[in-house]
Amino acid sequence: MAEPAAEKTLLDIITEADTDRNVKGPELTGEINVPRVEEGRIVKGVLSGAKPYAAKPDMMTALGFPDTLVDNWEEAAVKRLGELLEKYKSLQVYLDICVRCGSCTDKCQFFLGSGDPNNMPVARAELLRRVYKKYFTTEGKLFGKLAGAHRLDLKLLGDWYAYFHQCSQCRRCSVFCPYGIDTAEISMAAREVMNAIGLGQKYTDMTIGKLLEIGNNLGMNPKALVNTLESIEEDIEEEDGVPVKLPLDVEGADILLVTPSADFFASPHVESLIGYAKVFHQAGANWTLSSAASEAGNFGMFIGNYTLMQKAATRIHNAIEQIRPKRLVVGECGHAWRIAYSFWNTLIGPFDSLDPKYPAPQHICEYTYDLIKRGAIKLNKEANDEFTVTFHDSCNVARASRMGNRPGGQFTIPRELIKASCNKYVEMDPETTKEKTFCCGGGGGLLTDEIMETRVAGAMPRMQALHAVMKSDGVNFMALICAICKAQFTAVLPRYGVPMDVAGGVHQLVGRAIELGAKE
Amino acid sequence: MSFEFNGKTYETDDDGYLVNLDDWNKDVAAYIAEQEGVEMTDAHWEVVNFLRNYYQEYSIAPAIKILIKEMKKMFGPEKGNSAYLYNLYPAGPALQACKIAGLPKPTGCV
Repeated sequence: MAEPAAEKTLLDIITEADTDRNVKGPELTGEINVPRVEEGRIVKGVLSGAKPYAAKPDMMTALGFPDTLVDNWEEAAVKRLGELLEKYKSLQVYLDICVRCGSCTDKCQFFLGSGDPNNMPVARAELLRRVYKKYFTTEGKLFGKLAGAHRLDLKLLGDWYAYFHQCSQCRRCSVFCPYGIDTAEISMAAREVMNAIGLGQKYTDMTIGKLLEIGNNLGMNPKALVNTLESIEEDIEEEDGVPVKLPLDVEGADILLVTPSADFFASPHVESLIGYAKVFHQAGANWTLSSAASEAGNFGMFIGNYTLMQKAATRIHNAIEQIRPKRLVVGECGHAWRIAYSFWNTLIGPFDSLDPKYPAPQHICEYTYDLIKRGAIKLNKEANDEFTVTFHDSCNVARASRMGNRPGGQFTIPRELIKASCNKYVEMDPETTKEKTFCCGGGGGLLTDEIMETRVAGAMPRMQALHAVMKSDGVNFMALICAICKAQFTAVLPRYGVPMDVAGGVHQLVGRAIELGAKE
Repeated sequence: MSFEFNGKTYETDDDGYLVNLDDWNKDVAAYIAEQEGVEMTDAHWEVVNFLRNYYQEYSIAPAIKILIKEMKKMFGPEKGNSAYLYNLYPAGPALQACKIAGLPKPTGCV
């Protein structure tokens, strides 16, 4: 006999999902076609049911949020939004200045992939802007719907939960906005408001919780980390006959490497970790990883929560205090590099104890590039002759950071590394690279299986551009510098009929090409 | 979430992974495998047993690279490779074998 169904809570209603996890990508043609009304490809609300799992009460309280949707949620949401508007004047400006010019409408990968007009960046922002108008502007208070104002009712909150989790905060739309409205900041604010009223997203909140409790997103404790690093050392020695080490917690080491924990665990991520280790080895560097700072990632950014971001970043500060390195280097992780480059200084800086001769922090690609330029390491390109390589710019690296000391270094340096590591390199369509790069479709806290439909849709533009160079130039390796990109493409490529091992790391290529052993 | 099996209620996460490691036994593992469309053979149990032993020692599932290497050490090169493991667990050894072994779903950027 069937059990009587438990009564649904408001939270259940808001987060109730209707989405296809087994979805396959559309056929690849190499063309990125903008969905059109006359072709019937624009369908309002087609992804309204693609909602991620809600965070469980224990995950919420661990982060200092209410355990479930609070009774006075509308009032509480307005209050939190008001606080954010006070704190971030930029947010208010972005909500005030949109003139609905339409420049952003066809720039988002989630709109292009789904055809759901709520994924047009202007429409997504409008979900929050309506509420802002209702409670914070004179015209909204006076004229209500006529002024585009709307109260935050249950239906609208459900749309917030769906569509602010179909934004990867990649900021592609901002590149095309004549006013420079940063929709990522709007989506971060919406998620912060939702968490503040007890409506969190499980994947992101659980991951932040693991980082704060155990020290990394994976939940890998120091004992497991030691075992994993020893195992990787064994593998390298077996394969290359050279005792390349992955030192951990070495106090007084010159270089502290902070890298995403996925590098210890997942494939192809681990191949890049092996690449960094070989580079350090061959450069004769005295380097170390840290068990206290065994995660570069910081999902606090995805929910726009400064307090949690700072808490997470403080582990790195503590590791610097403990190890006292001269240099701080960051591994291949897109959003982590944004945080490291743009936020660490205010979160945990200044880095007065580091050697001012070097950038603090420095990206692993900058570090390796410098060694290549100086001739301190040698690469044998033939080692990668089986590959024709292309490069996917990660959104956070491309649009929220820089590398090296020249504008655009975040574009040139990874490409120079790849070209130094292989003979065959091909660019994808320039409308899809550098500052115009598309997100992989899994960034910003979307890398969770229950919203695979969103992820497959969001990957569509990149998949088409990749397909075009696979067909024209025989590309069979897409190099990446982000742990999320690597995991997302490994999962999504097969859904487009492309083998998962087409996705790999930049330092995977470097690691295969580097000549180990005595220097001439 | 939860499911009923042999008169006992098993608590799971949203994706059907057992919440309590100690709830696990071979019968419920076989039941979860059946739901996954996997028929357990000795070869399947070898993987599951290794995963559980590793988890008991390290409180996390092994990296896929470690799983492959340890399988190779214990059972030889024909069992220590990715293709062999995917053949046993088509939805991926990390996700599917962990589920059957009663371990939590791996999370993070993986």
